[in-house]
Amino acid sequence: MKASIIVFPGTNREHDMADCLLAVSGKPARLVWHAETEIPQSDLIVLPGGFSYGDYLRTGAMAAHSPIMRDVIKKAHAGVPVLGVCNGFQILCESGLLPGVLQRNASLKFICKDVWLKVENASTLFTSKYQKGELARMICAHGDGNYFADNTTLDQLEHDGRVVFRYADAQGRVTAEANANGAQRNIAGICDPKGRILGMMPHPENAVEAALGSTDGRRLFESVVEALVG
Amino acid sequence: MKARIRVTLKNGVLDPQGKAIENALGGLGIPGVAEVRQGKYFEVDLKETDEAKAKATVEKMCKDLLANTVIENYAFELVKA
Repeated sequence: MKASIIVFPGTNREHDMADCLLAVSGKPARLVWHAETEIPQSDLIVLPGGFSYGDYLRTGAMAAHSPIMRDVIKKAHAGVPVLGVCNGFQILCESGLLPGVLQRNASLKFICKDVWLKVENASTLFTSKYQKGELARMICAHGDGNYFADNTTLDQLEHDGRVVFRYADAQGRVTAEANANGAQRNIAGICDPKGRILGMMPHPENAVEAALGSTDGRRLFESVVEALVG
Repeated sequence: MKARIRVTLKNGVLDPQGKAIENALGGLGIPGVAEVRQGKYFEVDLKETDEAKAKATVEKMCKDLLANTVIENYAFELVKA
């Protein structure tokens, strides 16, 4: 699997993502600088976490207009799978590839903790190795993860099964207390109508080794590898 | 020509920063504050001298970058620099 990781000024999770992709797929990922205008042929494009452009204006807003994003959007429309994690999710929303926006956490605090995610859709390219309703332990590290969209958009996302992950408690209950950041309807991750573009706030790439506290993120990448290279 | 642009959160969109400022004003003992909403203000100097063209340019910059119309409204005025 040929994966390209897009690097913007202020991105800081690209090496975590590269290590994870190498561990799971056995192939090194390519890092692509934001000023490039074309991504080399890729089976998967990843927008990693970080603080692109220092979060100026709005998180992800400046990166969404970087030269490389025109090619990301073009390739996404042509069917190349795209994964956006944390700042990558923010960029996907700002670029219009996913609906809604990530606002400041309702608590106004930066969150750095492990969370439980309820897998709501196990039939996307990224979640086929999970069971619907399963709980996965992943790591949150963000200040702006509070997902917002208007009710019409939220209803449409629910109806189409595009809510992929929700914050839940250890028993799988989707409660206000388990909501890490105030996100509408506890939404932690959503996908496009074809399930080939996934944006999520928690970091699956940091939940791939027992030493890191969880291996529940590994199957997300195994799902992708299986779908793309069999 | 100069554009003075205000970007504000739409009604109904949660504004935790505004809320924190509101609480801080209460903590300072400043009375009579019902609600605080935080927004952004931009001043953009334009080379354009034609008002209609300048207006179209500012509309585009607001829609494409300065505001996220999912959660924000924008308004602007053009003044002679």
